Amino acid sequence: MSRIYLFKRFERFWHWAQAALILTMMLTGFEIHGVYTLLGFETAVSTHTTTAWALIGLWAFAIFWHFTTGEWKQYIPSDKPGRIFAMAKFYAWGVFTGDPHPYKATPERKHNPMQRLTYLGIKLAVNPLIWITGLLYLFYNSWGGVLAGADLQIVAVLHTVGAFLMLAFLVAHLYLITMGETLFAQLKAMITGWEEVKE
Amino acid sequence: MAAGRSAGGHRGLGLRPGQSGPANAAALTAPEASEAKASSSTTDHSKLEALDKDFQTGPEVTKACLTCHTEAADQIHKTKHWTWEFVSPETGQRLGKRNIINNFCVAVSSNEPRCTSCHIGYGWKDGNFDFASKENVDCLVCHDTTGSYKKFPTGAGHPNYASKEWPPKSGKMRPPVDLKKVAQNVGPTSRQTCGACHFYGGGGNAVKHGDIDSSLGKPDKDLDVHMDAEGLDFACSTCHRTDAHAIQGSRYTTVAADTDGMVVPGKGNDERATCRSCHGERPMKDEKLNDHTDVVACQTCHIPAFARGGIATKMWWDWSKAGRKIDGKPVVKNGKGEVVHSMKKGQFAWAENVVPEYRWFNGEISYTELGDRVDPETGVEINSFGGSADDGKSRIWPFKVFKGIQPYDAGTDILAVPHLFGKDPDAYWKSYDWNRALSAGMQSVGYSYSGELGFIESEMSWPITHMVASKDDAIACDGCHAREGRLKDVAGIYMPGRDSLKPVDLAGWALVSLVLAGILIHGVVRVFSAIKRS
Repeated sequence: MSRIYLFKRFERFWHWAQAALILTMMLTGFEIHGVYTLLGFETAVSTHTTTAWALIGLWAFAIFWHFTTGEWKQYIPSDKPGRIFAMAKFYAWGVFTGDPHPYKATPERKHNPMQRLTYLGIKLAVNPLIWITGLLYLFYNSWGGVLAGADLQIVAVLHTVGAFLMLAFLVAHLYLITMGETLFAQLKAMITGWEEVKE
Repeated sequence: MAAGRSAGGHRGLGLRPGQSGPANAAALTAPEASEAKASSSTTDHSKLEALDKDFQTGPEVTKACLTCHTEAADQIHKTKHWTWEFVSPETGQRLGKRNIINNFCVAVSSNEPRCTSCHIGYGWKDGNFDFASKENVDCLVCHDTTGSYKKFPTGAGHPNYASKEWPPKSGKMRPPVDLKKVAQNVGPTSRQTCGACHFYGGGGNAVKHGDIDSSLGKPDKDLDVHMDAEGLDFACSTCHRTDAHAIQGSRYTTVAADTDGMVVPGKGNDERATCRSCHGERPMKDEKLNDHTDVVACQTCHIPAFARGGIATKMWWDWSKAGRKIDGKPVVKNGKGEVVHSMKKGQFAWAENVVPEYRWFNGEISYTELGDRVDPETGVEINSFGGSADDGKSRIWPFKVFKGIQPYDAGTDILAVPHLFGKDPDAYWKSYDWNRALSAGMQSVGYSYSGELGFIESEMSWPITHMVASKDDAIACDGCHAREGRLKDVAGIYMPGRDSLKPVDLAGWALVSLVLAGILIHGVVRVFSAIKRS
């Protein structure tokens, strides 16, 4: 066994702060959507709005960090499709038969090919969908130009679609991180930064 | 009383309530006199020779008033208070009390001496009233400050000049009015003078409006934040300002969406009977709340309920139950002392703290007029309100919806005018014979009654705009932003918390459930295969 340093301090801070903010936004967001009553509509809205601005702030730093450190390259999809197939085969079969994990993480390539693709999708599709519709929602009364006269319903529904995609991702994410080298290897790595890998 | 304001007709002296002027308040002898503020008028009417007389009748007083206020009668003659007539500029309909049919006491015609006890004149006892008469203008009913001037309920607008029994056969005597005292103490209008008629619209306290009743005579801050007797102490005329005795802010011409902003001298529109004429377009500290003002009328959130002053308003009136006694009693009251059955008027239902109904409203109101065909299957909307989410000039307004059952001519399918009041045998309240009453009533408006009596369900709506609560009591967000909130039936807008697109919600939850199910199956297989391997 050896240890490699996968997640730097800022990266871990970013991940967990984002996790807390997104969970809060989900909880308040679905309340605003009328699914349940928890904080009350008014508090839910103000919390949702405040956490939205906090998350935007966090993102500004995270994007800056990704580009200045070159970490953005972690999300470039693998150029070998066979590797994705190998990952899928492991999740569908190998994990049951006790096969070794097909992917060896390194600090330069810390995400497996399926993670890369998923995170890229979240960053390029789901996040922008949520943020664009969210900001439009927030500034509904200031719509002008091409948006004047547009329907809030379209924006609200697209925002809801984004929220459901994010919730589906979150559920899957929470399970898939248990399929590292050991049950809690990936969780531990995101907390301490270090991942234990077999030689 | 609202002292400190100029007398009617002397508009715009720039005096605010509470501002004091030369004192003649000492002359006041009303119960309120002790708390009355000094008048700011430049005239002490008790010093005028013309008023130092023992007046025998109201018109004699009016003649004296007109010796100084030379144009006052002509000004009154042009107002709805005098003509009881209003021609709608939008619909061209001839409206006003004199013409419309409602579902309270139905119609004025043929019932004048009773209804006209709230006319701003003297002697309108039948269809032959002289609307050009100056001396028949009643100055005192609006300008009394003593609280002792009261029109006699059946006196066609006159007070009683001799001691007279009221209610009939009650043994209670109404003392005659001291016209000299009243005349010498005239002053600005007040909640009491306006309220003397408007609190009692529909035939009794709180009957008609729901947001106007005698509790507004001396309201606290909870009941009305502006009229609060211990606080801002607004009179009716603080908002319903007058010019040449014409009063701003009529229900017949409701400004549903005031987009003119605050009233500032020189800006043209000086209409102050809207919230925004003082508060502006975005008066709230929270900008998200201000974002609502292009959709929602101020009243919708700030008047959480009507009939909030401890007096129930009438919500239901079934004329078809009239003409009979219950257990030998002509009048039956409920536990709260509210009349629920009357041989004269039928059956009633009352309610306090009523949550309004909400609808789009753009200011256009059309009425079902006399002669309009009505359908007993669907019932009749006495008035209906224009407005929609996308006409650009509507707001969501609160309404009192007053329902009832009233007589109609089933032979011609038109609403009927009943002759209710009078000493003649045709009057319903004498003979309790609908056919005679409708025959006489219809004749008075130039229609002939077919003889076929019917009763029809009717509905009349009243925009709610008074009894403004303090801001802490305004409706909170979730009053409306909820699946089953107050605005659940208001169409045309997407409201977060109320609305969603069902297929998207279904697909979303299906996706999340599928992922969850996949995880569960995968996890179970994983656990079993791990056990098997070890």
